[in-house]
Amino acid sequence: MSEAAYNFAYLDEATKRMIRRALLKGLAIPGYQVPFASREMPMPYGWGTGGVQVTAACLTPEDCLKVIDQGADDTTNAVSIRKFFERTAGVATSEHTAAASVIQTRHRIPEQALTERQILVYQVPIPEPLRFLEPRESETRKMHALEEYGLMHVKLYEDIARHGAIATSYAYPVRVEGRYVMDPSPIPKFDNPKLGGMAAIQLFGAGREQRIYAVPPYTRVVSLDFEDHPFEASKAAHDCDLCGAAHSYLDEVITDDKGGRMFVCSDTDFCAMRRAEGHVGRLSPKGAAA
Amino acid sequence: MTQADILSGGFAEAPQQAARAFRACLEAMARPGRIQRIEGAHPPAPLSPAAGAVLLTLVDSTTPLCLAPSHDLPAVRQWIAFHCGAPLAEPAQAVFALGTWEALQPLSAFPIGTPQYPDRSTTLIVEMNALSPPNAVLTGPGIEDRQPARLPEIDSLIANRELFPLGHDFFFTAGFEIAALPRTTEPEAL
Amino acid sequence: MYVATKGGERAIDAAHQWLAEERRGDPSAPELTIVQIREQMALAVNRVMAEGSLYDRDLAALAIKQARGDLIEAIFLIRAYRTTLPRFGASQPVDTDAMALSRRISATFKDAPGGQVLGPTFDYTHRLLDFTLMAEGEAPQAARKPADPAPAPHILQLLDRDGLMEPLPASDETPPDLTREPLEMPADRPLRLQALARGDEGFVLSMAYSTQRGYGRTHAFVGELRIGTCAVDMEIPELGFAIEIGEIELTECETVNQFTGSKTEPPQFTRGYGLVMGQSERKAISMSLVDRALRWAELGEDDMGAPAQDAEFVLYHCDNIQATGFLEHIKLPHYVDFQSELELIRKLRRDAGAETCKEAAE
Repeated sequence: MSEAAYNFAYLDEATKRMIRRALLKGLAIPGYQVPFASREMPMPYGWGTGGVQVTAACLTPEDCLKVIDQGADDTTNAVSIRKFFERTAGVATSEHTAAASVIQTRHRIPEQALTERQILVYQVPIPEPLRFLEPRESETRKMHALEEYGLMHVKLYEDIARHGAIATSYAYPVRVEGRYVMDPSPIPKFDNPKLGGMAAIQLFGAGREQRIYAVPPYTRVVSLDFEDHPFEASKAAHDCDLCGAAHSYLDEVITDDKGGRMFVCSDTDFCAMRRAEGHVGRLSPKGAAA
Repeated sequence: MTQADILSGGFAEAPQQAARAFRACLEAMARPGRIQRIEGAHPPAPLSPAAGAVLLTLVDSTTPLCLAPSHDLPAVRQWIAFHCGAPLAEPAQAVFALGTWEALQPLSAFPIGTPQYPDRSTTLIVEMNALSPPNAVLTGPGIEDRQPARLPEIDSLIANRELFPLGHDFFFTAGFEIAALPRTTEPEAL
Repeated sequence: MYVATKGGERAIDAAHQWLAEERRGDPSAPELTIVQIREQMALAVNRVMAEGSLYDRDLAALAIKQARGDLIEAIFLIRAYRTTLPRFGASQPVDTDAMALSRRISATFKDAPGGQVLGPTFDYTHRLLDFTLMAEGEAPQAARKPADPAPAPHILQLLDRDGLMEPLPASDETPPDLTREPLEMPADRPLRLQALARGDEGFVLSMAYSTQRGYGRTHAFVGELRIGTCAVDMEIPELGFAIEIGEIELTECETVNQFTGSKTEPPQFTRGYGLVMGQSERKAISMSLVDRALRWAELGEDDMGAPAQDAEFVLYHCDNIQATGFLEHIKLPHYVDFQSELELIRKLRRDAGAETCKEAAE
């Protein structure tokens, strides 16, 4: 690929204008899915084409981009997307949450609180929160128009009847500003409380499904629940074995074939930062503490 | 206006300048009432540089544009035709509309979207003399507490809020400054 | 000792190098040229052009070579390239009446003006492996005959003249374009045809087959199948008239289907239509059957609940680039989601266990 043959941030200007218009309408109608003419990208559908198009439409030459997948900067798809923008937009990149002005993410919200000078771009596989209850787009569109969300409550209630709890642990549906029910992308429900009242702009791109939506800063975002079964942001009941963090989302790592396992922060930058500050965990090497 | 004037005044370095101008629009729409600086366009009067930059960034041959009488002038038409290629349209077909507040009236002529497609509403670019001093205070999504802002009028913007999730979205432009007011914002007179 | 995995970048680079080596295969075998693929894998090239929505044999051949013969991967390469191309304008509709035919058959009439032309077809070959090809024997020269200058009108026009076909009003309306606008339901016929024309051959084939087996049956006859080249004309604004900018090979299929009629209208045959770039007749026939099945509502037929009658189902699932991307994305790491499922299932089991113990104690 000869980079010079492609426009700044890959997409042509007409395509960027189209995406930019959709993003503005998305911000004006929080949680509503704006249809957009998603383009075929040089990476497969389902691998972040929506997020990549949103990022491409937002990046300026002055930006610093961070890309994470499962919370980590070094997962293969995150590396691949970061390289794509290094080549096509020539922007600076960083693995540090605080250093980035645009963060593209798949499946996590960083642990460190984001600021007003940041944009968080989510990759979304299935933007329609009602899709698994009603497969037809023509029907779900009507349900949103009529604010008809009974089906969703029935589903959650059936969970409680069968399992004694709401059996959704990621992509947990939320209500935005008391109006649209929205899929927050497959983030663990642990991350849901960070969606509301965030200082940063949150943009969501679903390439294959051709939808863009947004949550402006300081917006009310409520996870669906029932009075007698309130929403609970859960995580593994452990501390990070490397940095000792008690309130970060953890990955479980199998360490041997005898049931040995350890728990480490899924947000690799957060964990590294804490270790650099001298925090230690159960399995930190001896003498690691500064 | 000479041919040279028409051909000039666009983005000299389109991808980069459009990207910066868009970020100003994005920040403006995400944080209603907060003033952003937007640069890069040098359109013919009475079009402000800010409004010119919005047009260059968002408007093209796929987005019918309604020019209110205040801005329906040969120089403005020619500049838009050359730099954006937007078809000029009646209010009912307008994806974007441009003019002074008075000239854009009545707002009811512009689409507010449909229940299934509330995004199919007009975005109005309202040219103002200045974006300060504030005469209103705003609350709603994008605003942490309360945001002071200068609005051309308050009552009809309150009425627009009542239409949510339908309604119009506004950019206010003056000189090199831009602020926005989406349909979710609740204005209150200061 | 576990350390957070680093080295994704190195792994990707190494994988790409390995892939390039595997693509080339044994270096002692001569490397395939683009011309060889274009000329000798012509039907693969045609499929890549049709589903990639880009008429360029050389680029399709390059994509096939780069994709190691994986046609969906090749189609993907073409699609991704195509979206970066500037659009200068739209051609005028091609006139398939004026097609220079290489094949033209009708199943509904024994003979018709212009005649039946078998052309280069596999139809009556016995499917026996030809070991002379393995021995790299030369192909025999086919007999040649001058082109028939007589016109070959569309066979369905003959039925049309007798009023036996449903009328098809001409329209100059610009059809929608799903590569520029998001797909919206309900989709009208031009949009459905566009989606089917670039849809996956296997998917469209199976959908068509399902209608033959009774899932939305439409009783199709191949009224006419024609393959050949058509001129592409484009209006040049600066000139003020249209000029020929090239020619493309097309496969067109028109089916004659079960008739409809009502108190006010006498019975008439109905139509299904398929048009595909290149020589792609399996796809063109399949497309015309699915097109016909999707027209149930406008023709006043019953919704049998058949998959091929369901426009939303067909259109949202016929694109193999969308389908393969989403299918294959489940290879990507999902350990954050899986972890949240693990926590949940452990908690539910703990709660259920506590409940069972309590019941047992009672």
